[in-house]
Parts: sequence; structure tokens; C-alpha cells
Amino acid sequence: MTEAYSESELLSVLSARELKDGQVVFAGIGIPLLAAVLAQRSHCPGLTILFEGGVVGATVEPGRLPPSTNDQRGARRANMVLGSSEVLLLMQRGYVDVGFMGGAQIDQYGNLNSSLIEAAGGKPAIRLPGSGGGNDIASLTSLIVSIRHEKRRFVEKVDFVTSPGWLRGGDDRNDSGLTHGGSFRVITDLAVLGFDAGSKRMTVRALNPGVARQDVQDNTGFELLFDPDLTITAPPTANELRLLRSLDPDRILL
Amino acid sequence: MSTDPRPYPQLRDTVARRDRSLRDKVMSLEEAANLVADGETVGIGGSMMSRTPMAMIWQLIRSGRRDLTCVRPITTSEGDLLLGSGLSRHMITSWFSQGIMWGVSKVLRHHVESGQATFEEWSHLAIGMRLRAGAMGVPFMPMRPMLGSDVLRNRPEAQTMTCPFTGETILLVPALNPDLAIIHVNRCDRYGNAQIDGLQFMDVDLAMAADRVILTTERIVSNDQIRRMPDQTKIPFFCVEAVVEVPFGSAPHECYGVYEPLMQHMNAYTSLVNADPVGGMQDYLDRYVYGPASWSDYLERIGLDELLDAARRGRSVLND
Repeated sequence: MTEAYSESELLSVLSARELKDGQVVFAGIGIPLLAAVLAQRSHCPGLTILFEGGVVGATVEPGRLPPSTNDQRGARRANMVLGSSEVLLLMQRGYVDVGFMGGAQIDQYGNLNSSLIEAAGGKPAIRLPGSGGGNDIASLTSLIVSIRHEKRRFVEKVDFVTSPGWLRGGDDRNDSGLTHGGSFRVITDLAVLGFDAGSKRMTVRALNPGVARQDVQDNTGFELLFDPDLTITAPPTANELRLLRSLDPDRILL
Repeated sequence: MSTDPRPYPQLRDTVARRDRSLRDKVMSLEEAANLVADGETVGIGGSMMSRTPMAMIWQLIRSGRRDLTCVRPITTSEGDLLLGSGLSRHMITSWFSQGIMWGVSKVLRHHVESGQATFEEWSHLAIGMRLRAGAMGVPFMPMRPMLGSDVLRNRPEAQTMTCPFTGETILLVPALNPDLAIIHVNRCDRYGNAQIDGLQFMDVDLAMAADRVILTTERIVSNDQIRRMPDQTKIPFFCVEAVVEVPFGSAPHECYGVYEPLMQHMNAYTSLVNADPVGGMQDYLDRYVYGPASWSDYLERIGLDELLDAARRGRSVLND
């Protein structure tokens, strides 16, 4: 018997499952923060969480979620607070395994856009908030992205590469000077996706419970690859949902 | 105004000509605003909704300053006020909205999409490395992010090079030495020895990079008290030009261990300006910036209940 869950709860749980104990993860606000804390409180007690405000070894308490990753709540009970440049430089030095963030628009090579939507069909251009630490995280770590699966968000080519995935695919990322990291997983309300080792095209690895192959393709603005060993993801367990809901009882991020 | 790296002799000369003696620098917000000239490049301390030097920004708007080029790691509602008031038409930052929970700022969109203002976007680390180069007295810093992205494609100010040691492709970002930095701190003495609790963001590099620093502070303490915890002093007095004591000087944003963001005010503010980024902003400026007789009057308009609640939450970070 499976408990009912919301889309954001599903994204949080599936994202958390991608983390491994002992990793160092750089988490953005929203689902990434919830997922990292959920992982820490379930299968990854040895997970170290970093926030861009300068926090090393965050301990987020249930019911006291920070409103961003630059606020005092994120620093409470941490191992250390550094300057913002220093915490970002830990990624450049190589101490961070996984980066974890959301996005407005993603393309077939895992490039993310959070800067602008170009004018199209009579609609004017839209300015978005921009990179923040997103470009730095995507340039320096293996990236997990959690994002809602919609055709307008999954586009063949993003209007603007704010945070680089595999750029134009193949070896393009490496050739540009980004020799490490890269888009690793994309977690959506429909599927868990990865990237083909050679072409770096987005590849469906597992379908979410109750989702058909065609549903995923129909909600994507480019042709997806499907892993030959495509699996079906197990739904969130009662324990995962209980832990997650206890973190955000006021449903600030969920 | 260009923010290209300045010639080293000019940087040295600017510092050499400054009075770096131990002297009392305490003044009012109005007096501090008189140290700022139209068109200057101003670095804004703190990040996101933390330790924003809101009282100084508030005073600069009231004093009618115009066309500052502003630099901040991450920009939130204070950026709206900068653009909406005409205090700035050029923001150098990595991220700009009102905060995480209110969607995309309609004030930002109005000013940038209409071409009235420039949002010069860099990665967060690039802002940090530009200020660090400025603080170090070198013309650039090498770094790896931004390569391959459109963030870089839009920034002809940055250069890629082949590393002469390793042959790798590396990005060089130019030093940024603002004319002025405005930074809000937990406490400092009358000379400007400033102590910051909690997250320091890029404030130390910003203070060292800038030609001069205006500090606002939750409280002024004695030099003896500073000397009891010298490891907490993050900005040395000789960088500082002015010290202004302003309790709740970051409101409606937070100051570590003193108060958290004033969320009711932020919610009301974002509803007002996102419904009408021009008229709503004018209403807000009239009511909360031009209208109040003083900073205390501004706080009174926000309301005692909200201030006390923010202070209770702020201090709770120190509770067990």
C-alpha cells in the first residue's frame, strides 16, 4: 500500500536517493536542500552539506529551514562558516563530489538556463535572476538537477547557457576548459535521467511509478534516448515521506 | 563608469593619499551620504537578505544620489530600490531577484527589459575573484567556472588564456576596485575596526578592494572591547572612512544573531511592487524612504511587533 505524495515530495525523495553516504554535496535552496537533508537523515548519515553563503557541514533542523542558502539559519550548528569565495573555491579545489540545484530550462545536453528567455512569437524577452552560484557549481561538480518535466522547460537548446552541462555534447565541455564534473542526473516528476557516455545526450534511466515511456517523451521538447535497461523507480516509502514532511512542517519548500 | 582594472600606480597613490591615522570617524547617515558622489562605483556588503547595508542605501536615496554603478555578490530587494529610485542603473552581480520565495522581481524585469538599467551578470565566484584581485592589488585572478557558458560570452571584460605553466585553458577575470564600499557589521569601534559575526560573504575582500569604506553598525563598542576579541575583527580601521551606528540597519533584511528577515514587511513589499513595478515602487519609496523623518521613524512604520519577532528569531540562532 503506497501513501499519496505530492510532486515536490516525489522529486525530493528521488533526488535524495541519488546521494551516497560519505559524499560532500553543494546544495542549492528548495528541493536540493530538502533532498540533501533527507538523505543525511536517512541513508547518508555521513553526508556533508555545503551552502553558498559559506557554510561547511550544515545541520538543518526540522521546522527551521533557511529562506535561502545565504541566511543565518543555514549557518546554525554548522562545522564551519567561511567566506562565499572560499566555499566556492572548495569546489574548484575538488573537495565537492556532487552539486545539487534546480533550474528554469534544461536542454538535451544538460545545460541550464536561469538568465533569460528570448523573445519569441510576439512575446518579449524575459529577464530571469541569473547564475548566482549555479554556473560555478555546474562548472566544477557532478551535477544533479531536480526540475519539473514540462515541454517548455525541456528544450532542444536553451536560450542561454547559464550553468554548463555538456555544452554541445561529445567532448565539447572538456574542450572548453571544463575538465571535471558535468551533468550527472536529472530528476523529474516523470523520470530519472542521465547522459549517454559518448554523445552526452539526455537518456531516460528509470520511469517514475505509473509513468509510461511515451509520457516522458511527450513532455520533452527534443528526442530522448532510453536506457536499454530501463527500470521503474520504487515509489517513496512511508519512512521517506515521514522524514521529509517533518523537515518542512509549514511546507515552505515542499 | 568603467570598472576596468586600474593602473597599479594609481591604486597605490589613492591609498597613499588617504589619512590612515587612528581617528574618530563616527558620523550621521546624512554626513556619510555626503562622502558619496554621483556616478561612483559602490560595492554593497552582505549577500542575499543578510547584512544588507539597507540604512545607508535608504539614506543615499533620500540624499538624491544618482547613477551609481553597484556591485553585490547576490542582489535582492535592495537592488529593486536602487533601480526604482534611480540611485543605480547598473548592477554588477551574479543573481538578482527579491529573494527566493517571491519569484522573479518585476522591478528588475521592468528596468532591465526596457533597457533603462543594465544587469551585468557574472558567476558568483567571478564576483568574488574580481574583488579578491582588487583586494590583492593585482590586475586579474585566474579561475575555471564560466568557461564555455553564455555568461562568459556576454562578458568581453573577461579573457581566456592558455596557462603558461600547464597549457590548460583558464579564465582571467579583471580586478574590481570600487570607489566605495558600504558594509553593515555587528559591531565596530569609533575608528572602524569592524567585527562581523556569522557569515562574512565577500565583505573582507570588498573592504580591501575599495578606495574607502562606509561602515554602518548595529552598535559602536570601545577599542578595548575590540581588542578582547581581535580574531573577530574582519575589517581593519585604516580601510574605513566613516562609522555610523544604526540599530536594525539591515531591516527588512537580517543581521546574524541580532534579527532575521522581517518577512511580513517583505511579503507586503513584494506584493506591492510586483503588482505595479513603477507605481507600487513609488508608493513604497514615498511611504518608507522619503516619508519617514528618520531611520527610527522608518522602523516605527514597519512596526514594533514585527521588529521584536525578527529580533526573537535572530537571537535564537545562539540558543541551544
